[in-house]
Amino acid sequence: MTLLSVEELSVTFTGRDGGRRGPGTDAVCGVSFTVAEGEVAGLVGESGCGKSVTSLALMGLLPRRGVRVGGRAVFRHSGPDPVDLLSLPPAALRDLRGRQLAMIFQDPLSSLNPVVPIGVQVTEVLTRHRGLRGRAARAEAAHLLERGGIPDPTRRLKEYPHQLSGGMRQRALIAMAVACAPRLLIADEPTTALDVTIQAQILELLRELVDDQGTALLMITHDLGVVAGICDSVHVLYAGKVVEAAGRRALFAAPAHPYAHGLLGSVPRLDAPRGERLHPVRGSINDRLSWPDGCAFAPRCDRYTLECLDATPELTALPGATGGHLVRCVHPVGNEGSAAADTPTEREASA
Amino acid sequence: MSLLELDDVKVHFPVRRGLLFDRVVGYVHAVDGVSLTVEAGRTYGLVGESGCGKTTLGRAVLRLTDITSGRVLFDGTDLAALPGEAMRRARRRLQMIFQDPLGSLDPRQNIESALTEGMAAHGLGDGRAGRRARIRDVLERVGLPAGALSRYPHEFSGGQRQRIGIARALVLEPDLIICDEPVSALDVSVQAQVLNLLEELQDSLGLTYVVIAHDLAVVRHISDRVGVMYLGGLVEEADSDTLYAEPRHPYTRALMSAVPVPDPDLEDNRERILLRGDLPSPASPPAGCRFHTRCPWRQPERCDTERPELTDIGGGHRVACHYAAGIADGTVRPTTELAPRVLRDVPPPREAAEPARETMTDG
Repeated sequence: MTLLSVEELSVTFTGRDGGRRGPGTDAVCGVSFTVAEGEVAGLVGESGCGKSVTSLALMGLLPRRGVRVGGRAVFRHSGPDPVDLLSLPPAALRDLRGRQLAMIFQDPLSSLNPVVPIGVQVTEVLTRHRGLRGRAARAEAAHLLERGGIPDPTRRLKEYPHQLSGGMRQRALIAMAVACAPRLLIADEPTTALDVTIQAQILELLRELVDDQGTALLMITHDLGVVAGICDSVHVLYAGKVVEAAGRRALFAAPAHPYAHGLLGSVPRLDAPRGERLHPVRGSINDRLSWPDGCAFAPRCDRYTLECLDATPELTALPGATGGHLVRCVHPVGNEGSAAADTPTEREASA
Repeated sequence: MSLLELDDVKVHFPVRRGLLFDRVVGYVHAVDGVSLTVEAGRTYGLVGESGCGKTTLGRAVLRLTDITSGRVLFDGTDLAALPGEAMRRARRRLQMIFQDPLGSLDPRQNIESALTEGMAAHGLGDGRAGRRARIRDVLERVGLPAGALSRYPHEFSGGQRQRIGIARALVLEPDLIICDEPVSALDVSVQAQVLNLLEELQDSLGLTYVVIAHDLAVVRHISDRVGVMYLGGLVEEADSDTLYAEPRHPYTRALMSAVPVPDPDLEDNRERILLRGDLPSPASPPAGCRFHTRCPWRQPERCDTERPELTDIGGGHRVACHYAAGIADGTVRPTTELAPRVLRDVPPPREAAEPARETMTDG
């Protein structure tokens, strides 16, 4: 069952020039996706593609001045009627946030208060949303930290964020996020600041949470390897729009959008034969989005033709594919007229 | 022929305490006895997690950090014993590329000035015109337009800045370039461009690289020989293909199993070795094998008392583990709690519309 349904989300930064409203900068323009209960959905893209802004908009954490948010984000909370997160009054949103919706940030050091002990920060959530106080709150906090894999939790509760290692801080943050068993957890690059062995531990912890509690997870990352390991469905973002959406197997087996294809071709892989050159995507992402003038990826694309600039390409079902493989491209990869275009040889030839 | 040879290099940083009078209360053993050889024209990859000492080792080669003991032989000269001025002159042949290209360029210095500075310091180039010609040539090699000369670092994208960093090293015609995390600050698509550039430059100029990185896939891609560091020491060293095909040290195996691979089928079926806990403090490293506190294959004897030496197990594959042979042939078993596990998917493969979840089973 659909838990969160984001429809045509757009975020525009209008700047701080007060009354003079310029056209502003579009960070996200018309992103739609759904997250089902117990699903792990991935938002993938490089810096500047709008993935973090999407998550902040959903949590209502963008500043209210100088930002225009459009679209709808229907969230089925435990109450009777689904709510639109984007138009919810701040007080109602505060009740949901932390209890039914929670977020984990990339940098655990800057999202923890440096002058407050870990214990106080964890019990704060418990007091606000579950009404626990005193000894009961402390005991529950210790239990949460322990479940998050922090050894000796009672001692850690008295410590400050700087006394914990990076992995430990991220565990504390996850413990706080899942304190009220939220229905949806948004993780914004939760492992980017961590070493690989610690990253594996944190991903394992997130996987356990999803399996045990049925929490839905919206995973925001730039790492395609992380996506392959944990996500059920993947949405690839480029310049503020979803350019490809598919189940992870479909996406990794045959990426259809030239950008997704290029991203996969530019990652050095442990399991690939050595000595081959990588196939990078040319150029770099542009600061100003240019979707109105056609495909924003066209300047970096090898398959670009004049047709690409006629209009903004629509997100349509990939011809010949099953299971909701959507792509926003006039000339999708692996679709050169033959039905068997998804064979590996064909993909290599077009790379 | 070996261009660079490290012999038991140690870098210890004193830990000082005290308000009025500093006293040394201990040492951080950042690099603790590393010996390795880099062949001319090849790439040596140093890989390890943060805090393992790989960056300190790279800086120690250039003497940007003082060496506590040991020898650094570069083309036959011991850099560790060179006096200041001789070392400064030797640095023309040894250059470095840093992780953060914006942080390593002066924001108020334009590109021409940044690139000329090194040449002037080493007395290279024939006057101003000669230097400018040389700079233009190098800019073209790294794929930057000649118009870049009069611009400032903030006007470039991350990938272009890293190209400037590479150009700055190249203008001095070095023999060895130490690349400290050359691509970790860059986006994936740009990362591949810079890696390809480094390879092309090596092919055309015959450069020798020492590439320091935490990303195993990057290191494997670019290196001919790889050394894995843990807590100040090398734990395993082998040719790139050998190391990735047959990792012998438990830490290398754990590290490799932790790297996510962009392939769902592989991700579901590969063996994962999850390490418990964090890196111990290099100020008080554990006795015996540095890795024994987190090792899934830890044995009751030797591991916590005797530090294993890096020993050759054939074909230049060196491992620092008492039980490497036993682990490889299966006679030494991992402790059950920490044993490698496999994540298996639920058949049949699902589609985007109907999500299912992985179940965890013990391998």
